Amino acid sequence: MKYGLAFIGIIAGTLLTLAMMLHWERPPMASTQVGPRGTGMDLIQNPRTMAVLKAANVAPESDPPAQLSGVKVKDSKDYMNVKVLGDLDVEEFNRLMGAITNWVAPEQGCTYCHNPENMADDSLYTKVVARRMLQMTRQINTMWTPHVQQTGVTCYTCHRGNPVPANIWFKNDGGPHAGGMSASRQGNNLASKSVGLTSLPYDPFTMLLAKGAQIRVNGSEALPTGKPGASIQDTEKTYALMIHMSESLGVNCTFCHNSRQFAAWSESRPQRVPAWHGLRMVADVNETFMVSLQGVFPANRLGPSGDVAKVNCATCHQGVNKPLYGVSMAKDYPELRVPNP
Amino acid sequence: MIEYQNIFTRTQIHGPADMGVAFTTAGNEPRVGQPFFVWLFGKIGDAQVGPFYLGWLGTISLLCGFIAFEIIGFNMWASVNWDPVQFARQLFWLALEPPPAKYGLHFPPMAEGGWWLMAGFFLTTSVILWWVRTYRRAIALGMGTHVAWAFAAAIWLFLVLGFIRPLLMGNFGEAVPFGIFPHLDWTAAFSIRYGNLFYNPFHMLSIAFLYGSALIFAMHAATILAVSRLGGEREIEQIVDRGTASERAALFWRWTMGFNATMESIHRWAWWFAVLCPLVGGIGILLTGTAVDNWYLWGIKHGVAPSYSYDMWAPVLDPSIAAK
Repeated sequence: MKYGLAFIGIIAGTLLTLAMMLHWERPPMASTQVGPRGTGMDLIQNPRTMAVLKAANVAPESDPPAQLSGVKVKDSKDYMNVKVLGDLDVEEFNRLMGAITNWVAPEQGCTYCHNPENMADDSLYTKVVARRMLQMTRQINTMWTPHVQQTGVTCYTCHRGNPVPANIWFKNDGGPHAGGMSASRQGNNLASKSVGLTSLPYDPFTMLLAKGAQIRVNGSEALPTGKPGASIQDTEKTYALMIHMSESLGVNCTFCHNSRQFAAWSESRPQRVPAWHGLRMVADVNETFMVSLQGVFPANRLGPSGDVAKVNCATCHQGVNKPLYGVSMAKDYPELRVPNP
Repeated sequence: MIEYQNIFTRTQIHGPADMGVAFTTAGNEPRVGQPFFVWLFGKIGDAQVGPFYLGWLGTISLLCGFIAFEIIGFNMWASVNWDPVQFARQLFWLALEPPPAKYGLHFPPMAEGGWWLMAGFFLTTSVILWWVRTYRRAIALGMGTHVAWAFAAAIWLFLVLGFIRPLLMGNFGEAVPFGIFPHLDWTAAFSIRYGNLFYNPFHMLSIAFLYGSALIFAMHAATILAVSRLGGEREIEQIVDRGTASERAALFWRWTMGFNATMESIHRWAWWFAVLCPLVGGIGILLTGTAVDNWYLWGIKHGVAPSYSYDMWAPVLDPSIAAK
């Protein structure tokens, strides 16, 4: 009994130390001041995680420019059923097809999308999807420069050698829940990876990554105006989306905001403006392109509730505030930077 | 072995169990249970456990508390489809949510917050009955009712958060969920929604009293422990008959900070700091959303929030306005 307390203390201390070592990040952290003094606007990053991310987000070298043949794809008898890239030179077209294979299906090769008996055949759904994705890439590079700037995107920005990008989302109802009159989770209160393992709403995307979605929750007046404002539940949804952005970009809140007033633009960093356009870009990409492929994808590519895969911030960013650390692959593939006809 | 002993000593000595003083009021139940001693309890307080006084107030309070606990627990378990592994793994994430705002103050379906209202009712009943109990037990022992009123300050904050403010806002969706992480998420979201609670002056006061309570507690505890070798632990007698321990403690603080509390006033300092923490905190919560919608803008308007120079970048404009 005399040593009982000390014994309990040693066991508890050992267990806590183990738990800490397994789950916490060890110091030192790298901290960079990103705002005025005294505002706590600092970018705090783990240099060890940064090193891993740096190695994982390297842009592959671009192929040498094509030696133009002078013949356009649409004028060549060898290429049929080319609906999007018909204006390309034949050599340019072949170079791009090779690049897409390396970016999207390096192991599966051409036949991941093409019927080797007849390359023009649309019988594989992957070819139909790929065509739509080319239109999407062009739309992003030409219509969404407020977000992608002059860096632009290529297939590789999302795919990174995977036929299906690693970071996608489906509608998520959180999984099984007892029926009857048992209390609803109301879309939150599970440990969810989508929102950084918080208990915040686990699917902020379906509602807030839609066109015309309203994510602002603060009142614009100091005193109540009499009109009903956002609910706490709406606020948690926006909060969840912001956690997703933070996790996807590997930055904390103060990368864009002065956290003393998240809503105030006059207190924000310029980075918040491209982020604002990014949310609208993602809504456009999902509704104009991904949802348009609803009938094309086979059942095994659909989510639990039968919806197509959709994109969010993580799809391109993959833990880095500028995808691939800002290396522009699109500048070597100018055919991806022309407007859709 | 010679060992210095006073009532703070590490040595545990006990004779026959103390059955307690006689009641000063009529109409009390008898005390129940055979007292026993726990050595580990003796390390941190009195080693004697019991006899107990539960009475009908205590019994109904515990019963109501148990009902609320079960409603919350079973609904948490149901939210992971009665999976015991997930219930244990995600216990800190699970919660019982209040009704969505659309139901206003009407009774919602059970699955949509009905259970939350029931749990809240039973928990509130339990807490209030326990308050009456602390009040009546103090009277029965011929004590003052300071503990009951301090407890009432905490109950005030609890009721403002879960009942009074939702009533004023017109819906129970404004109230706090029952859950470990979810109630913390609620707290963060509440501050974000209403423009940063740190600019709420009552929140500022509450923090000052919270930290102040800790500081006063530490200063007082350290002072008494430091003079216990001189008989300083007999604080209550020393209120009227100071003695050398009180004199030295007082002199110490006059030397180090120029002012000293007395053996009596230090306890009033401590009581008021502790009570004012939830009292002013509750006022701050009550004003949020009802009288002030955005505390940051309120702070700007009244010169509370400092302004910073953002000259390291060009002015950032709201793109939804800039686009127009």
